[in-house]
Amino acid sequence: MESVLVLTHCDEAGATLSKGSLAAIGAGKQLAGRLGSPLAIGIVDEDSEKLAANLPAPGARWLAVSGEAFAQPRFASDAAACAAICRAAQATIILAPQSSRFARVLAAVAHRMNGRIDTHIASMGGAGGLDATRWHYRQRIEAVIRRGSRPWFLLYDGAADASNAAETAPAHIERVAVELPPPRTTVTGMRSPEQAAAGAQGGSPRLGTIRPDAKLLLVAGAGWTKKQPDGKIHTAEAGDLILRFVQVSGASLGSSKSLVDQSGEGNSVLPFLTHLNQVGQTGATPRHRKGLATCCHGEEPHVVGWRFIGERRAVSLDPNCGWTRGKADVVYIADAFQVLARLNSLLGQSRPL
Amino acid sequence: MAKSFHIVVCAGIVPDPLQTLEPATGPTGPAIKNEMLLPAILDPWAACALYEAAKLAQEHPGSRVWLVSLAPKAKLQQLMMNVAQKAAFELVAIDGPIGGFADAHGTAAALAESIGAIPGLDRSKLLLFGGWESATRGAGVTLQLVGERLGIADQFQGVDRIDILDDGSFEVLERVEGGRHQASICAGAPAVLGWATGSLPEPRNNPQLGMANMRTLMPAIQRARTVAIDANGLHYVSTSVPTQQRATRVVKDLSPDEIAHELAEWIGAE
Repeated sequence: MESVLVLTHCDEAGATLSKGSLAAIGAGKQLAGRLGSPLAIGIVDEDSEKLAANLPAPGARWLAVSGEAFAQPRFASDAAACAAICRAAQATIILAPQSSRFARVLAAVAHRMNGRIDTHIASMGGAGGLDATRWHYRQRIEAVIRRGSRPWFLLYDGAADASNAAETAPAHIERVAVELPPPRTTVTGMRSPEQAAAGAQGGSPRLGTIRPDAKLLLVAGAGWTKKQPDGKIHTAEAGDLILRFVQVSGASLGSSKSLVDQSGEGNSVLPFLTHLNQVGQTGATPRHRKGLATCCHGEEPHVVGWRFIGERRAVSLDPNCGWTRGKADVVYIADAFQVLARLNSLLGQSRPL
Repeated sequence: MAKSFHIVVCAGIVPDPLQTLEPATGPTGPAIKNEMLLPAILDPWAACALYEAAKLAQEHPGSRVWLVSLAPKAKLQQLMMNVAQKAAFELVAIDGPIGGFADAHGTAAALAESIGAIPGLDRSKLLLFGGWESATRGAGVTLQLVGERLGIADQFQGVDRIDILDDGSFEVLERVEGGRHQASICAGAPAVLGWATGSLPEPRNNPQLGMANMRTLMPAIQRARTVAIDANGLHYVSTSVPTQQRATRVVKDLSPDEIAHELAEWIGAE
């Protein structure tokens, strides 16, 4: 008989379980229900006691590794903590959120537990067993997989079903002891490349342009830095228009590889863009409800990063660009400089700065 | 503490991203149709790791760089003609299957065994580099498993920068959610660093470097040991290309004002 363990951690503030953890709990609860399996939930956190009054999944067994060493994500301490919880729970299926914290350690934990791991799990199903769906070749091929060996670790990257983790109740949390190796790594803090860039130029730090929770993604392509109809390059104007749009719309800012590569090669182009903004084959695969591409060709290596963007529109001067070939819902053949200037003005009226 | 490093870069071979990929069934399970014939490149994030390794070795005299790659010999031979012109390294070739459907645990076992057998490798100076995810399986676990098999206690993933400090320790920036980096100080080698993009552009081809590299690369490819990758209970129920074709409306006759109004309405709609 299968048994399910969901590994979780808190959000950065340490006050509540992270969004990804709640999604994993929801998926774990559903899976345990379907398989008729017991459900255990493990927490790795500085102080899990403060969470005890208000935990989702009533009826689950709760286990925690707590202490100052677990306040910050770090391979050595997190791997030891997760392995200790896995030993205590003795589950056959271990789910965890596909967060940077757990993606850094769970393969090592699987190895320590003589288990196997699969990551970026988009959904789980299967009749009477567990089939997991994941992507290969950067969202270009979808595979349904099954494993005969246990324990099976799965990093869940699927959509959250809020109803599955919404019900909360006080819970008794069992403490799990863990012996840590001598510390060799100290986490010193978080940094934003945008802030670093602004500081280097003597400017004030800007608000972050990468906003995973935003409804809209704006993608800037290399066309913004090319010669415009007047035969000149208008990089500064392009930068102002893009940043202004991000401010007034609340959108997250993405970029094509060609545009961020120009920045990396020392050219003076949109300085607020870094490789962290890059969307596509060698960049991010964001999950926004809507996406607006501007001055971007819509080539396949970029568009694979749009796999999980719901509604897609594009503004391009090229009527034969990739977006027109079934990759976007609407493509406007127009000058993005003019469109964005007017759009900023319209959105600024409804949401003044 | 040592300021020279023994840097081992794990890098796979992947189809050029401009190629159309079609799943097929091969003798050992799912595969990409004609994958051996498709133009291939060094895995992009692993390539970033190689460039960072070469720079680090250049800045720290006495350092050495090995590139460990598991792929069919013929494919390695084709690709190394180009890769050899980008950075100085010694090749450890492993003759094995190509593609993203092989199990990461089996792949990691083969890589760890080959790395453990590298003559002259000083594990106290070891920095294990690679891409944080591949462009094929994209699981982000192989490097971690190799590090675990080699008993390395410090691992970093999504690395964009490493700065070596005077005492041999180093500061490392790892990508985390929300477009930020987590900064850490590690006491020094050995460590695993799974690279994201890093900060270096792709080096220009250097034919002299290529000629120098090729003297050792070809013998390394010829003596590559052949491995079979264990499936470890992994079974593919299905593989498919998702249909994502949209009925695109191409709008050519609206003024910028009209487009802006339409977009504003779309952005504001729930």
